[in-house]
Amino acid sequence: MSDRFPETRHSIVANLGSDDPAVRSPAFEVLVASYWKPIYKYLRLRWQLPHEQAEDLTQDFFADSLERQLLAAFDPAKARFRTFLRLCLDHLVTDEFHAARRLKRGGGAPVLSLDFTGACDEVTGVAAPGDDPDALFHREWIRAVFEAAVGALEAEYAAMGKSAAWRVFAAYDLDRVRDVAEPSYADVAARVGVPVTQVTNHLAAARRRLRVLVLERVRAVTSGEEEYREELRELFGGKPA
Amino acid sequence: MSGLGNAALDHLRDVLERPDLSGTRYDLVEPIAQGGMGTVYRAWDRELARDVAIKVVRSELADSEIAGRLTGEAKILAQLEHPGLVPVHEVGRLADGRSFYVMRLVRGQELDLAALEVRTLPERLRLYLKILDPIAYAHSRGIIHRDLKPGNIMVGPFGEVLVLDWGIAKAVSTREAAGPAERTAALPGATNPGAVLGTYGFMAPEQAIGGSVAVDHRADVYSLGVILRTLINPAGSGAKPLVAIIARATAADPAARYAGVGDLAADVSAYLDGRPVAAYHENLIERIGRFVSRHQVAIGLVVAYLLMRIVLLVFR
Repeated sequence: MSDRFPETRHSIVANLGSDDPAVRSPAFEVLVASYWKPIYKYLRLRWQLPHEQAEDLTQDFFADSLERQLLAAFDPAKARFRTFLRLCLDHLVTDEFHAARRLKRGGGAPVLSLDFTGACDEVTGVAAPGDDPDALFHREWIRAVFEAAVGALEAEYAAMGKSAAWRVFAAYDLDRVRDVAEPSYADVAARVGVPVTQVTNHLAAARRRLRVLVLERVRAVTSGEEEYREELRELFGGKPA
Repeated sequence: MSGLGNAALDHLRDVLERPDLSGTRYDLVEPIAQGGMGTVYRAWDRELARDVAIKVVRSELADSEIAGRLTGEAKILAQLEHPGLVPVHEVGRLADGRSFYVMRLVRGQELDLAALEVRTLPERLRLYLKILDPIAYAHSRGIIHRDLKPGNIMVGPFGEVLVLDWGIAKAVSTREAAGPAERTAALPGATNPGAVLGTYGFMAPEQAIGGSVAVDHRADVYSLGVILRTLINPAGSGAKPLVAIIARATAADPAARYAGVGDLAADVSAYLDGRPVAAYHENLIERIGRFVSRHQVAIGLVVAYLLMRIVLLVFR
């Protein structure tokens, strides 16, 4: 399994608790693609775990979720799915039997093929927003959603041969550094080699498509319409920490 | 792709919330207000070289019935032509799929802020009467607002009053809007039947209950009564006729309220002019006091004349 986000336009949350592996398995793929990075980073930043232990626990979390169908206990009336996952994760960290279970499963051998080295590098560049665990997990989840959507956009543009359009988007919207002035359209046009008038067109089209890709990813991992709206309200309107 | 840094992530969260105005004649300038169903932006109309306001449904509500409500609001406003209501220029759907409408950019202050600059009670009451005028007009056209509060009332630089945010307004028959209603009917896409919509604290009890309880123009009368209370405090809170006006406007039973906004306006005007108000039965002393207060110049002249005659009689 890679960290590519599987195609879905519907919520997978209910399917995670299905008894039918044919239903549960694709849902689980979406879950992993959406949450492995937030979970790994949360373990590193909130619990201050070293890379190897955080990697191991991330694997444990998904293994537990799959084997023991932990996620079938999710009740949308009680919490958002994201909050439920974080609480499950906290429980796992504090579970004194965790180590024994890992040994029983084979000494912590990786189950999922995930780029933990890359994620480890990212952790060093991410400041923890205060001590609020939920805010931290939330922010990393938002980052994962956007990263997955941007990755999908890049793949789409590559498949369509829209190299210039992608480079305009990447130069203007992705190459950003805190406290450094944003590039001008003229700068981007010169760097990519397109007329200035095309820069805004490329940006508008890329953002429009990216927005759809983000919405699809949020829809997939929320339990219903209300939770979907709540997450979007914070995702777009919430001020970053 | 590699991980998104904080700066890029914050930027993307921001730009994806902005409405996509490509294909329109408007350039986005800045967000100026955020409501329950939409965000209002200042924008530049390139063709007419002027600022306008664009209300766009919020991202998370783009696919919901709220989008229909935004369009419904625009249609309601388009039906109402009054100096106290904001004219709508255009309605439609943006390239990103979100519903929007364009209206005149309103400049001014919200009522509670503007009221701070209005010092005297009579001035505040005259300001209040300006609020009633567009509401009475809307009722005469069969539209009830249902979310009247200081935050939805703007006072312009020339003292003009504009009533905003008709997002949960409801169309009823003209007869019902002008008098007691038997039942109401929502505009298509305007409201979710049974849902509680409005603002607690300003909302009439029958509106707060929700469900199938009929809500008519007297819900607006209730909200206007609450607004009057906030507007006259503390200067007018000791004036018994004003207190009675507020009590009648905010009666729990709609039937005990003013039958229409016109009656409420008539009572406030009567108080301003020193005439008796329908909501308050004054005793003889109060009546004499009000008479004296209303005619104090004439009474002063008569008293002065009489004193002069007495002086002349005594010292003749």
